[in-house]
Amino acid sequence: MDSTARRFEDNARTALDSPTLQAALAKLADGFPRRRREAAERLPEFEELRDAARAIKEHVLDHLDLYLETFERRVTENGGEVHWCRDAQEARETILDICRRVGARTVTKSKTMIGEEIAINDYLEENGIRPVETDLGEYIIQLRREPPSHIIAPAIHLSLGEVAETFRKSHTHLAPERALNEPDALLAEARAKLRPDFLTADVGITGANMLIAETGSNVLVTNEGNADLTHTLPRVHIVIASIEKIVPTLEDATTVLRVLARSATGQDVTVYTSFCSGPRRPGDPDGPDEYHVVLLDNGRARLLETEFRDILRCIRCGACLNHCPVYRAVGGHAYGWVYSGPMGAVLIPALLGTHEARHLPNASTLCGRCESVCPMRIPLPRMLRAWRERLHRERRTGWLARIGLAAWAFVAARPRLYRRLTAPLVRALGNLAGARRRFRVLPFLGGWTATRDFPAPEGETFMTLWAESDRGRTKP
Amino acid sequence: MPASPPPAPISPKVGLFVTCLVDLMRPSVGFAAVKLLEDAGCRVEVPSAQTCCGQPAWNSGDSADAATVARGLIAAFEPFDYVVAPSGSCAGMIRVHYPELFADDPDWAPRARALAAKTHELISFLVDVRGLTRVAARLAATATYHDSCSGLRELGVKRQPRALLATVAGLELREGREAETCCGFGGLFCVKYPDVSTGIADVKTADIAATGADLVLGGDMGCLMNIAGRLRRQGSTAAVRHVAEVLADVTAVPPIAGT
Ligand code: SF4
Repeated sequence: MDSTARRFEDNARTALDSPTLQAALAKLADGFPRRRREAAERLPEFEELRDAARAIKEHVLDHLDLYLETFERRVTENGGEVHWCRDAQEARETILDICRRVGARTVTKSKTMIGEEIAINDYLEENGIRPVETDLGEYIIQLRREPPSHIIAPAIHLSLGEVAETFRKSHTHLAPERALNEPDALLAEARAKLRPDFLTADVGITGANMLIAETGSNVLVTNEGNADLTHTLPRVHIVIASIEKIVPTLEDATTVLRVLARSATGQDVTVYTSFCSGPRRPGDPDGPDEYHVVLLDNGRARLLETEFRDILRCIRCGACLNHCPVYRAVGGHAYGWVYSGPMGAVLIPALLGTHEARHLPNASTLCGRCESVCPMRIPLPRMLRAWRERLHRERRTGWLARIGLAAWAFVAARPRLYRRLTAPLVRALGNLAGARRRFRVLPFLGGWTATRDFPAPEGETFMTLWAESDRGRTKP
Repeated sequence: MPASPPPAPISPKVGLFVTCLVDLMRPSVGFAAVKLLEDAGCRVEVPSAQTCCGQPAWNSGDSADAATVARGLIAAFEPFDYVVAPSGSCAGMIRVHYPELFADDPDWAPRARALAAKTHELISFLVDVRGLTRVAARLAATATYHDSCSGLRELGVKRQPRALLATVAGLELREGREAETCCGFGGLFCVKYPDVSTGIADVKTADIAATGADLVLGGDMGCLMNIAGRLRRQGSTAAVRHVAEVLADVTAVPPIAGT
């Protein structure tokens, strides 16, 4: 999909002005963090589990090539095929080739963020193949032709009413009196509509929460069960995954699963956890005839050698979004691409470039709550700052800000000059404000005073008063 | 760092880093800090060669300018047993980020690390280092406490201000559900992205209103100015003060941004 990350400021304003979005975000901020906290409290060893999960991914990143090769070998032994794709275009073409070869007309899909990253739906459609999303959230945003607004809850930005309206618009067979005001009714309606697609689809595309090197399996967690229908019913199963999804063993996968569910939704385990290890073997009751893994790099291997390596530990749990004050204020679409929140603000500049995403690392208060909840202990604020460092080096920050900072540093490094300049200024402002102790407008602080009063300084600086006091006079 | 810190001197020499916002905006907080430190048995000095810790440049990705400012601060505070600041974010800058800032500078890295090891946020210094358990202060008010992000997450400042506030006569403390949620200040963020900043502040002010408190306390001037500014614009009359003012019993000066 096309990025609008460049227009973050406009996107954010639109989001802040939307009452339905704000209501949805308030609900999210109320639910997810509480559920995560309760789940963590229920499990005494949760913090150790985080350390263990982090260590697994660190180890993998140290030996990524080794584990990827092992994984490929195992997949091949199991009768499947691994396709290495450097970028989105290669991945799209690989998937289209498979679909064409088997004469696919309908493709069912179950949640894959990598599918969003490479915009596979649009590409298949352009080439005459019909992709059908089968997760409720993904299905809704597909009908609305919107990108996901959250990595695990893609339609979280919508109210029930908006979803019902979307259904009425596209499910034209619906009787107008048919009630759609309950989540269950919507789910039933989506299921009824999707059933024939499950049965006729030629290819099923899924993502992967993990790839297990030891067994050549991919792991998928869902709460709706549709993933199982997506990868067992069609003749061909294509897994799209990025290279950092690998873990060494089945045991490692279970460790990561334990922190994933708790961090994501506050569940102890997700309702469905599927392990797929290749095509149907003789005697298997079901399963596809072909099993393909499209392994996407898209700039990730390059990150290994940089200060952004840690983001490759991300398991896409969404906890950093759920606890982020910026995400809470503007939602996922403001970030302008498929990822959002703190992990998006770190990842998007890496995948799309700093020219496209310069706002994202800057639009953060660096409050650090994301890092405190990230199951993989990814130092997100440190990496946001590292992007700012790059942006500054690449001169992608405004010239006024650059000159301002340099001038400020020049003065701040010279305490006597600093005091000669600041003391009269705060004295004047203190006098000007008078008894109100605040300003409604300040010409050089319009960004502040448009929505907030600006507190007036007391008048004299501390250093002035201290120097004039007995204490100050007697000290060097 | 050594395995166990050297024993604290009986009457340590403390360098007060006033911080730029307290220096310029609210000197009362500086005097409150001096009083609290002296009451806790410290000899307090205020080195005149101090200005700012360098955060505005550091958080803008401009480490060269941050280092320029930081070097002056390091030199000014080296002679002290402790450096104390009435701000979690400035103390966090020195404790956590100075060592990062100078990591590749063989001359300054040891000096930055040494300073980091002896730098503390004011309230946590009083409680954790000086063992303070109560204050002799009085204020009839219903207060709620905002945990500023850097103090909370970089330095673990959370129970210390609450423990001391519990001993202020007449003061009732009510916890906000969003006490640990960012207020949207974020240094230059609040003027670079004013709309988003305000959106975040609104969550904070709504939470404050929900507690029914008439006084908002916190340990960082930046957050307090932001919260006070938004409260005033919304017509709220809740007073906003730095926690040190209340603990030091110096509440004669009008609240931040008036009432
Ligand atoms: S960065 Fe951490 S918290 Fe955010 S999605 Fe990834 S693993 Fe989860």
